[in-house]
Amino acid sequence: MWTESLPFAKRFAHMTKHDKLSNSFRNQPDERGHFGQFGGRYVAETLMPLILDLEKHYRAAQADPAFAEEFDDLLEHYVGRPSPLYFAERLTEHVRKEAPEGKGAQIWFKRDELNHTGAHKINNCIGQILLAKRMGKTRIIAETGAGQHGVATATVCARFGLPCVIYMGATDIERQKPNIFRMRLLGAEVVPVTSGSATLKDAMNDALRDWVANVHDTFYIIGTAAGPHPYPELVRDFQSVIGREAREQLLERTGRLPDLLVAAIGGGSNAIGLFHPFLDDPDVEMLGIEAAGHGLEKEHAASLAGGKPGILHGNKTYLLQDEDGQIDEAHSISAGLDYPGIGPEHSWLKESGRVRYDSVTDTEALEAFQLLCGTEGIIPALEPSHAIAAVAREAVKLDKDQIILANLCGRGDKDIFTVAEALGTEI
Amino acid sequence: MTRLSQSFQTDRAALVAFVTGGDPTAANTGAILDALVEGGADIIELGMPFTDPMADGPAIQAANIRSLSAGTKTADILNIASAFRERHPTVPLVLMGYANPMTIRGADWFAEACVDAGVDGVICVDIPVEEDDSLGDALRAKDVAVIRLATPTTDTERLPEILNNASGFLYYVSVAGITGLQQAAQASIEEAVARLKAGTDLPVAVGFGVRTPEQAADIARVADGVVVGSAIVEIIAEHGADAAPHVKDYVKSLSDAIRSAR
Repeated sequence: MWTESLPFAKRFAHMTKHDKLSNSFRNQPDERGHFGQFGGRYVAETLMPLILDLEKHYRAAQADPAFAEEFDDLLEHYVGRPSPLYFAERLTEHVRKEAPEGKGAQIWFKRDELNHTGAHKINNCIGQILLAKRMGKTRIIAETGAGQHGVATATVCARFGLPCVIYMGATDIERQKPNIFRMRLLGAEVVPVTSGSATLKDAMNDALRDWVANVHDTFYIIGTAAGPHPYPELVRDFQSVIGREAREQLLERTGRLPDLLVAAIGGGSNAIGLFHPFLDDPDVEMLGIEAAGHGLEKEHAASLAGGKPGILHGNKTYLLQDEDGQIDEAHSISAGLDYPGIGPEHSWLKESGRVRYDSVTDTEALEAFQLLCGTEGIIPALEPSHAIAAVAREAVKLDKDQIILANLCGRGDKDIFTVAEALGTEI
Repeated sequence: MTRLSQSFQTDRAALVAFVTGGDPTAANTGAILDALVEGGADIIELGMPFTDPMADGPAIQAANIRSLSAGTKTADILNIASAFRERHPTVPLVLMGYANPMTIRGADWFAEACVDAGVDGVICVDIPVEEDDSLGDALRAKDVAVIRLATPTTDTERLPEILNNASGFLYYVSVAGITGLQQAAQASIEEAVARLKAGTDLPVAVGFGVRTPEQAADIARVADGVVVGSAIVEIIAEHGADAAPHVKDYVKSLSDAIRSAR
């Protein structure tokens, strides 16, 4: 099997106290769950004992080879990992037509859209439901934006026979109807959230309200690398299978490491999953792409580009907010990126300078969506379409023998209605 | 003696009354706070509105939205507090709210603003002891009370950590849940108050889901304070700018019950 058969503790040896390297970018967070000034555990007292208990159980799971074995087994036989690493030859050729002489890097995709349920979200859900089982929890809740995390959560709940409640903004329900039906088919109860902007952040508020009232039996499967410690850490660890596989696959295929990694960022779980295993490879550059929506001077969802540090949903991180700390409503054509915050590790990686962050508008993402359909026969989700737009932009600056590796973190079946509407087509 | 410690008396429980600042508008809050005092509230909890009040139920969520929609700013809340302090020099006022509006300009800025506005204490819902240094140190340096929350999930092992560096009073959230929905069984409240009082000399006030004078009286028999919030906020939702007299009548019914409880 592809993934190393080591317990998590060995895989993430950099995170145990005694092994910490002071010059490593892979030794975050600290014991309090802080990534520099970011992260932490900003939750109501009712949840605090539960968060501490979750951390204790996660540490035990990390040290238990049986946990890693079960995780790996499900990823291989249920999710379909390893996902392929694919050289996008026609997209590369297309980009080279526009590039100066000698420029136009090779474009490779990590095909996480081929996972069971169609996105990277399932990796994390498998890990968290195994933790829920270890903790003896009998009821699962989750928030969802695009519905991919909701579908992935409903999937693992069906697989493990646990009741599942998904909180989803009413606005998102409207634009992601196919995923609602999928969740219901899988046995989940989908609760529409009408408070605030009725999108992902409000769904997270309501999930937290449910959790605080049902702490005794309920496990909250958070969908991105954000929230109170230890969520950003454990979601990253579960998603790091993306980067570990990609690193090994590219080395095997080309004998070298990539020059540039690119991934889209809402909360940032697919990006941190790709980046983290490469953080200590100094020659690998990384680029995280936020959603610039209608443009950075208008409505957007680019917390790093247009926000400042603040506290929301259990962690300190960059947030879109006004001068009083009231949270602004985000906008992106992609429901999965439509969140006014970002995982705390990304805030830290931005401040440390290790990862570069940029943004892509709705319009650019739509163009990239169509470009990938036409050049590679792959219909991407709108989330990675943001990454693809950036890949095309970056490839023309790099030499032909250089390699860009981007995460194709979801497939676009769920988005065809949104795209049709944006293109003025009726289906 | 601080205003807060003076407001807890030995012969009866104190009534702690919560409203969201700026609900329905900042211009109305002064009259509503006066109505709380006239109705017999001993301590005022002034809620700072926030776009994402994760620990609140529907009533207080709606109050936050009404306040922010009316354009309430942090400066308005501080002005409401200073004006209250001028009108009521002896009635303690605490600010209750969420971490982001409190810390966005820096903890030191907020502590200074509290002192300037005559605020006696601060309850921050989403800063547990683990993150105390992001606000608590600054408040303590200015002698503003850091009021801690204990909940049904706070076990005996954790309680000392919560009590360490706590001041003002201890707020016992009697229900694991959000504000305003259900009330805890009296027996569980009695057991919890006894456990908390064994660990601290601070007064213990009990809240979450308290609505009727009878419930308030039951709690007043065992605790040092009774906190009422959502029920008052619902009256403001019903009567809007004309809420003050209705608020006063309701608070008086609670206050009378508390005064005759022991």
